[in-house]
Amino acid sequence: MLCDVCKTANASVFLTQIVDGKMQKVNMCEACSKERGVTDPTAFALADFLQGLGGAQEVEQLGGGQPQQKCGTCGLTQMEFKKTGRLGCSDCYSTFADGITSMLSGMHKGSSHTGKVPERLAKRIERDRLLKELQQHLKKAVAEEDYEEAASLRDRIKELEVVV
Amino acid sequence: MPIRNILNKTSDWLGGDGPHHQIVVSSRVRLARNIQGVSFPGWAKKMERVETMERIRPQVEALPEMGDAFSLPCQELSALEKQVLVERHLISREHAARGAGSAVVMNRKQNLSIMINEEDHLRMQAIRSGLQLKAAFKAVNKVDTELEASLDFAFDPNLGYLTACPSNVGTGMRASAMVHLPGLVLSEQVNQVIQAVNKIGLAVRGLYGEGTEALGNLFQVSNQTTLGESEEQIIERLQKVILQLIEHEQNARLSMLQHRPTTLLDHIGRAYGILKHSHSMASKEALNLLSLAKLACDLEFYPEAWRVAVDELFMETQPAHLQKGSQQKLGPEDRDVLRARIIREKLAECPSPAGEAVLSRIPKAASTKRKKAAGDDLLEG
Ligand SMILES: [Zn+2]
Ligand SMILES: [Zn+2]
Repeated sequence: MLCDVCKTANASVFLTQIVDGKMQKVNMCEACSKERGVTDPTAFALADFLQGLGGAQEVEQLGGGQPQQKCGTCGLTQMEFKKTGRLGCSDCYSTFADGITSMLSGMHKGSSHTGKVPERLAKRIERDRLLKELQQHLKKAVAEEDYEEAASLRDRIKELEVVV
Repeated sequence: MPIRNILNKTSDWLGGDGPHHQIVVSSRVRLARNIQGVSFPGWAKKMERVETMERIRPQVEALPEMGDAFSLPCQELSALEKQVLVERHLISREHAARGAGSAVVMNRKQNLSIMINEEDHLRMQAIRSGLQLKAAFKAVNKVDTELEASLDFAFDPNLGYLTACPSNVGTGMRASAMVHLPGLVLSEQVNQVIQAVNKIGLAVRGLYGEGTEALGNLFQVSNQTTLGESEEQIIERLQKVILQLIEHEQNARLSMLQHRPTTLLDHIGRAYGILKHSHSMASKEALNLLSLAKLACDLEFYPEAWRVAVDELFMETQPAHLQKGSQQKLGPEDRDVLRARIIREKLAECPSPAGEAVLSRIPKAASTKRKKAAGDDLLEG
């Protein structure tokens, strides 16, 4: 990856920050980062820096929806989310899902959680996962005209759906 | 338990002797949790915050871990008490500034502290001395499991634990270690190492001081991302990097003993002289000189018994800790005078650094081969 500043050397310093509700990324080589005083990417104010640098990539706009879009639970609007970078309540994650999903993928190692699950939800989540898997198998069985397999899959799906 | 009893006692993890405690001062793991469908503290109205706190606080106080806890709403703590807790890393600076509807609950040992209505409804952290990330995680994870039985935590099967800031979503976990790296700083390798650590998605920042300045050569290394890896994976990765940091620091120290012994003896000797004889000392100078005294302890320039005194001075010379022990209100100049006096008195009997004796035991430079450049191996994992 080339340095965004000199565009010749290889980048070795990577900055990612939310500036004005947009995720910004800048990659710099060691020499350029030193010249601009970047020694600690987490403490560095990217906002000031970006004003003098046209080459930065605007990675993602926070939230794709209307600025007036509002969370039904807490009343936070898209605009307010953009301004602070903070959500209003846990339901905001589904209200503003589109924008958040793309934002998260640039921010984290992955886009889905692989860690701890609250015990209470663990069972339900496992069931949902299994259900999804069976439905895929069913689709495949139908496509392959394996009606016997399809029938048995349908039975298992029905069983699982009953247990809530 | 009254807060005075807590404040007059030093934190359990501070004088600790955990693994690698010479270089790793402490390990800490924090989990962020929120109640499903309730506005996050930053967005909630005051009434709502108070309600949430009243719902959460009894559950936290009922934890078996909190049997001898101290629990108080933030506005019942004085500014000084809050500042002392901040200096001990038991509450965040942001939490100290919060008003009605926020509370703090911590155990007597001060190795478990729970902030209610910080940026998230719950910020729970466990602290251990030395490199004990796994033990700290185990402790705070147990608390989380106990609380989820009575509190409905916001959780999405795909995104994990939902937090006020999207940067914490997933595990909601921030694991960090406070490391003392005077060898890497003195040999001017520290920036190179920090960059290598940053590249693999871990954050390094100076513990004291603004921006890039790291007073006392103390740094905090932590995970930057919380989504896409399990808690164990994050801790494993951090642990591996910290073990490598320890090795680099040890190599830097050995290399200085072998190649620049005079410079090293001069730094340590001057620090000793100033610490023992000054009558006014700013916080910044104290941290940097104490760092050299701590390094000298590690290198056995002082008898082992002096380690505790030096470690305690790091905390006792912080502004709020100075004020806490004083009857009248101290201005900055009064603090500098008091700081110098406390250090002078505490180190009065400390013998001169035994530099030459230590150096005579160090193998000659030619017999050890140079390690590869610091930081290179951090990128391999
Ligand atoms: Zn460049
Ligand atoms: Zn909401």
